[in-house]
This record gives sequence, structure tokens and C-alpha cells, in this order.
Amino acid sequence: MCYRFTLEPAGAAALNSGLEGQGVKPAALAGGKVLIHPLAVRITHWVNAIAMLIMIASGWRIYNAAPFFSFTIPPQLTLGGWLGGALQWHFAGLWLLVINGVIYLSYGLASRHIAANFFPLTLAAIWRDLRSALRGRIAHEVGVYNALQRMAYLGVICAVIALVFSGAALWKPVQLQELAALIGGYEGVRRVHFVAMALVVAFVIVHLVMVVLVPRTLISMFSGYGRKTQLSRDTHHG
Amino acid sequence: MDEPVKEPKRRLVAPQSELIRLERRLFLKQGLSLGALTLLSGCDVTDTDSVQKALWTMSRWNDRVQAAIFDPDKLAPEYPESAITKPFPFNAYYPEAKAPRVEGAGYKLELGGMIRDKKPWTLPELYALPQSSQITRHICVEGWSAIGKWSGVRFRTFLERIGADLSAKYVGFKCADDYYTSIDMPTALHPQTLLTFRFADQILPTAYGFPMKLRIPTKLGFKNPKYITAMFVTNDNPGGYWEDQGYNWFSGL
Repeated sequence: MCYRFTLEPAGAAALNSGLEGQGVKPAALAGGKVLIHPLAVRITHWVNAIAMLIMIASGWRIYNAAPFFSFTIPPQLTLGGWLGGALQWHFAGLWLLVINGVIYLSYGLASRHIAANFFPLTLAAIWRDLRSALRGRIAHEVGVYNALQRMAYLGVICAVIALVFSGAALWKPVQLQELAALIGGYEGVRRVHFVAMALVVAFVIVHLVMVVLVPRTLISMFSGYGRKTQLSRDTHHG
Repeated sequence: MDEPVKEPKRRLVAPQSELIRLERRLFLKQGLSLGALTLLSGCDVTDTDSVQKALWTMSRWNDRVQAAIFDPDKLAPEYPESAITKPFPFNAYYPEAKAPRVEGAGYKLELGGMIRDKKPWTLPELYALPQSSQITRHICVEGWSAIGKWSGVRFRTFLERIGADLSAKYVGFKCADDYYTSIDMPTALHPQTLLTFRFADQILPTAYGFPMKLRIPTKLGFKNPKYITAMFVTNDNPGGYWEDQGYNWFSGL
């Protein structure tokens, strides 16, 4: 299913030819290059990036209206200009986030993108890859995530789901009072929503650091392709 | 009504009572910070007309979604006396010292719009209506919440008593502090929507809205008008003080 998405559009091939030399036909790509990110993943990734930016920046402004920790967020980092503006952004952005998220998860489950890329994931594998990462020897194979990457991506998916559900309970603490009660009541929900946001922000920071360290991953998220020889420079282990 | 003076007014849409707004704006300006002034000058990149229009369109869409989600039989959670927040916070678009002092003796609640019997009501007449109490959570648009006890007449009972057209869409309110707001009829008829005269079993103090506050535990705090002087039933959305500046109109919980 993902190959139908990715090999057909001329855009992906054009991006690649611009990247790796002229006139490379899609068929020839199979030689040195490997499809890493299907088109559906790339589109939902970037829509999600925009939606998350809107939600987090406007959410920070909303938090500032009644902070429950001893700090507030610098207003320059926030979106909306005032509480009412921030709320407008937040409640508009939520549709982008939720609809895009549903499309991604539906695609990811139906195409087995999630099952194939993020599973299996075992504690033993996480421990193994954590130790090798700390020694600076982590397995990189194009299109294959190591256990730490799998954990990070699954973790951020779970954090966003937690954000959506706690957000729904915050928005509708009467209509969805059973959900709100499950998450700890109205005041508990506010804090869960904040902590889930903080987890996503932590992910984004690590994510961006990794992109800076390995810039070609950013190109792959546009083109969809990565080069096998390029990516598998690090040591493999059992 | 639950918004302390914190942030500047930036967008006024409904051309309602422009003079009053201007006065309020001048009043609000007294409390503006330097940062807020830069916003007023319009250098915020998001403050372009097309973006603003899109955000307002989404807010109207969210009104419709919330009206569809609203379950007229779903009750807001009620709490024991021990859960009451003390002291219960004061909130308005002005500091507490500026709260309007309404004279109870000469007070009359004015009625207008699609109502059969528009005779004004005195406080003794209102106090004589069947009273009930609730201990519910007041949730502010800012995010904080506080639990309080309010007592008064079910708003539905009052609307029936005055012969309001219950098939109309909106009920609008005008207040002694120039605040105004409006709610949808289904919320007006919700069993927990109370026209309240007492807070914590005492006649409403000035800070909490004497002579009356419409308590709606299914809506954000700013949709709960205090110091009510007039109400009217209409099919044209009357908007509201904060709603016309950008807070979502429905703001249901």
C-alpha cells in the first residue's frame, strides 16, 4: 500500500532527482535508495508539526492565564496575543491535530506502518540499545528503527493521545465528566494535560537535536527516500 | 464575568453600544503593560484579517459542535459542603472595589423580548419563588476553578412563570456593571441553571453579584452574569461582553 503511495507521484521522484543527481528514474531508485517514509506519513508528519506548534504555543498562553506551577511561559513564545486569541487558536488547531492524527493512525494501522516500524519492542531491546547508545555505538539501518527510536515514537504517539483525551475532558468536564473523573477530576485533568504537553515538548527537543546531528533525516522526511550506504555507517550488533 | 483585567481588548465585532465599549477600553488601558500596548498597536503577526476571520469562523463552528454535544439531561457534578472553596474568588473585568452597588429596595428586574408578561419583578417577589440550592464547580475561562453554593429559583421555572417563548433561541442579560451576555435556550432550561439570590446561604454580597446571578454550572464562569438588571428572550444572538471580543460564545462545559 505504501509503495502505491510513494512510487506514483512525480513529486517524490522529482525531489529525489534534485537531491541526488539528474534524471534518475523511479525504477533506478531501488538500487541505492530505499523508501523510508511513505507519502501518507510525510504529509501527516508535517501537518502534525504545524498543528502541534499551534496547540503548544497557544496552550502556553492559556496556561499563563492561571498558572498552577510557580512559573509562566515567556509571552514571546506564545501564540494568540491574549487569552481569547490563544483560545481561538487552540480550539481551531485541535481540529487539525485530531483529524490529522486519526488519518495517521488509521493509515498506520491499516498499512501496518506502525506494526512494521515500531514493533516488536521489548524491554531487553531497549536496555541493549540504551547501553550501546551510551557507548556511542547504536545500530543504524536505513528504514529500520532501533529500540530507542521505537520507544520514542510510540511514546510521543501515546503522549499526543493523552493530550487529546485530557483536552477533551478539560473542554467538556460536564458532558464528559466520566472521562474527567477517570483522569483525576477537573483540576487533575489540567495537570495531566500539562504533563502530557511537557512530554511532547521533551520529545520535540530530542527530535530536533537528532535532526541537527543527522540532517539528511530532514531531507528524507520531504523526499521519502534515504540511501542505504549512507545510513548504515554505524556498527551493528547481535 | 470571570476575567480579571489582564489583557487588552483587541477585536470588537458586533457594532453594539460602541460608546460603552470605548469607555471600557479607556478604563482597561489604565492597567495595560508595555507588552500589552505593543499588541494594541497591531504588530502581532497573527493579527491579519484573513487569519482573524478564519479563527472566528472556527469559533462559530465550535458553537455548533458544542450545541450538538450538549445533553440537556446531563447534570454537572455536585459536591458536599466540605468541598466549598473558601474564600471564593471575586472576578470581573474590573477590581472588586469597582463592583456596582445595586439598591435592593428600588430594584426591579426588567423583562423584554419574546415574553408574555413583561411586568418587572421586585426582589421580594423573586425571593417568594420556589428556591433550591446547588454546590457546583465554577470553572473560569482562564482555567482555574472554585466550588461554591448558590441558591435561587430554577431558571426554567421563572421562564415558564413569565410566559417566555421557550422555542426562542436565546436569552440575553444586561447587568448593572455594563456587562452583558447571552445563552442558548436549551442551557437556559437545564435543571441546574438557577437564577440565584444567595451565596453560601447568605443574600448575595456585592462581590458575588447582588441582587442576582444566573448560575449555570454547564457553562464557563463568564457566561454566568451577575448584577442582572434586565433579561430578554430573542432569536437574534445578542453576543456578550467577552464573546464579542473573542471568547467562544457557547462556552459549554
